[in-house]
Amino acid sequence: MTTTDTMPEAADRRSWAEWLDGHSGRIMVLPAVIVLLCFAIFPLIISAYLALSRFALASGGFTLKFIGLLNFRKLLVGSQQYHLLGKFGTFGFVQWALLAFIAAGLLFLLARYLRRGRPTIVGTAGRLLATAMAMGLAVLALATMAPGGVPGTVVNTLLYVFVGVSVQFALGLGLALLCGQPIRGRNFFRVLFFIPLMVTPVGIAYTFRMLADMQKGPFAPIVRAFGISEWSWATEAWSARLMVLVGDTWQWTPFMFIVLLAAIENQPRDQVEAARLDGANGFQIFRDITWPAIAPIAATVVLIRLIEAFKIIDLPNVLTGGGPGLATESMTLHSFISWRTQDLGGSAAIGYMLLFISTIVCVSFFNFVVRPARRFEA
Amino acid sequence: MSAEPRSLARRLFEPASIDSQAPVARVVTYALLFLWALVVVIPLYWVLITSFKGPGEVDNGPFYLPFVDFAPSLQAWDFMLVQNYTLRPYMNSVVVAVASTLLAVLIGSLAAYALVRIRFQVKLAAVAIFLILLTAIIVAVATFGVRWEIAIVVAAALFIIALFTLVGRTQLAVGNNDIEFWIISNRIMPPIVAVLPIYVMFQQMRLLDTQVALIATYTAINLPIVVWLTRDFFAGIPLDLEESAQIDGASKFRVFFTIALPLVRSGLVATFLLVLILAWNEYLLALFLSNVDAQTMPVLVSAQNTTRGPQWWNMSVLITVMIAPVIVISSILQKHIARGLLVGAVKG
Repeated sequence: MTTTDTMPEAADRRSWAEWLDGHSGRIMVLPAVIVLLCFAIFPLIISAYLALSRFALASGGFTLKFIGLLNFRKLLVGSQQYHLLGKFGTFGFVQWALLAFIAAGLLFLLARYLRRGRPTIVGTAGRLLATAMAMGLAVLALATMAPGGVPGTVVNTLLYVFVGVSVQFALGLGLALLCGQPIRGRNFFRVLFFIPLMVTPVGIAYTFRMLADMQKGPFAPIVRAFGISEWSWATEAWSARLMVLVGDTWQWTPFMFIVLLAAIENQPRDQVEAARLDGANGFQIFRDITWPAIAPIAATVVLIRLIEAFKIIDLPNVLTGGGPGLATESMTLHSFISWRTQDLGGSAAIGYMLLFISTIVCVSFFNFVVRPARRFEA
Repeated sequence: MSAEPRSLARRLFEPASIDSQAPVARVVTYALLFLWALVVVIPLYWVLITSFKGPGEVDNGPFYLPFVDFAPSLQAWDFMLVQNYTLRPYMNSVVVAVASTLLAVLIGSLAAYALVRIRFQVKLAAVAIFLILLTAIIVAVATFGVRWEIAIVVAAALFIIALFTLVGRTQLAVGNNDIEFWIISNRIMPPIVAVLPIYVMFQQMRLLDTQVALIATYTAINLPIVVWLTRDFFAGIPLDLEESAQIDGASKFRVFFTIALPLVRSGLVATFLLVLILAWNEYLLALFLSNVDAQTMPVLVSAQNTTRGPQWWNMSVLITVMIAPVIVISSILQKHIARGLLVGAVKG
């Protein structure tokens, strides 16, 4: 490859050892590059090819036929539309109002960027893409959640990502602030609260199935007292989605908690004490000292969590099996189900759409939230 | 502080000194923390006690306290661990998680060290030509039925010719930051996109349902995290030690293994544990790549879920043996893991 070391290279490479040392940089990076080429880049290209072709089992093997964008057409407007996007309801006043609100917010952000400072071509294009994506997803989410609509796997995934991450962040921050108070036993709480992060999601799913059992679970007496033991959360779309979110929150709140607590412990102590002496209340201290100190770290943990949240499959698969209907099915699970039914092209196409959405969301979040938060700190 | 005696309300709502809390605030803080502690503990407790129950204890309504309202038995433990084949998936999980983590940490920290200490410049044109040729090989083999050996030889020849002719004339190059970003950004890719070709690849190599396939794949998916974390550890150690060793004639590999690695020991422990836990809990890839021989614990648990749905006691045993070691390890080494997470979050 065409790499150059800055370290002075030996004038004459007579021995093998000298050659090795001269190229040591490349040799050190090479294994990582090869592994990623084999398991990321190469599969990505093959997947792109699969997404554009039809797979069929034939005698003694299989055939692949190039069919262009037909897989995507089938998913977006064809027979699979109901599965991926869902069924669109009718827009009422609330939906239009929300949509107008979101559109106004996005346009405001865009206008602020264009008017302030010097807009660059790349910056403008990136913001236009992010805005278009946000708008499209908002329309999709509103339309499928409107009366008469049924959310598909895209909206389910977005729900897990955005609602789940927000709740986990809020809970994690709240717990970290509580634990950051001058209390005894902080280390005890830290170790205890950390545990759920280590538990395998498959195990969590099954555990929450047992806990939420209306007849035999630990909360059955309470349920019975309310007289709803005949009702089951697994048969209704929103209660099933809520269960998945509860399991996910139980697992991932510790992640936010542990990092934010460490950040809070690192905040400037003397400033906090000076503010206390001056009579500032808790909220003022949080707003003016703690939050600016932890904002860059907070933005980064949310980013890390966003990246992982898009990949959710274990919880819905074990907890609800994606049901009732498709109510809790995530995009990864959808892709897995397509693979099982030998629709390899469709499976790869769904994977690619997930890759597209998650990349744009994560990169946008990195550029428009994480970076400004860090600059603010510096 | 004021000289007059403080009223009861003030004593309750105002802190006695600067670094303490007011009594009411303290009670609320502890109450909320204990509430969340309950939220954390109840599911774990329920799994643990359910593993000591039998069909009777589960079906006749909830029982909460062993020895008090039900008699615990080791029946389910005996059934799952002695009579069933749980040990084999368990060993698979251990072998795959440990081996892949060791590999990922070794390969990843080597790359991270080189990216921190040595400046790289890769011509953009070379990368572009490489990707175009790779795509061409795939299309040629898949659509036109060209033999893959021929395609690779032709592509390699074209690539070398291009390196010596076209690439030298271009100026655009990618540096260390771009390479790092590329490595780390691989984590954004949802594994479902890559798993189909990986499945076919291992099928062709007759490695499907083996530990080797899982180890290789897990190494790859956790590599970005290792590079991301260890990069910051290496960047934090002073240069002089390494430089003096290099003047003494030690090779870069030697410097890496004898000086740099020991200096970032605690960071490596954090990275190792984090990746180990990720590999231990991994589900999707194991679902595709393993079947019977190489089945790992998460897949076993999820498979039992469908066949043994209502058999809570057996499932609880499986979950308990699966999560107990991680909980013990992580509780002991919690400080290391938290540090690893924090470093990743601070530097990003």
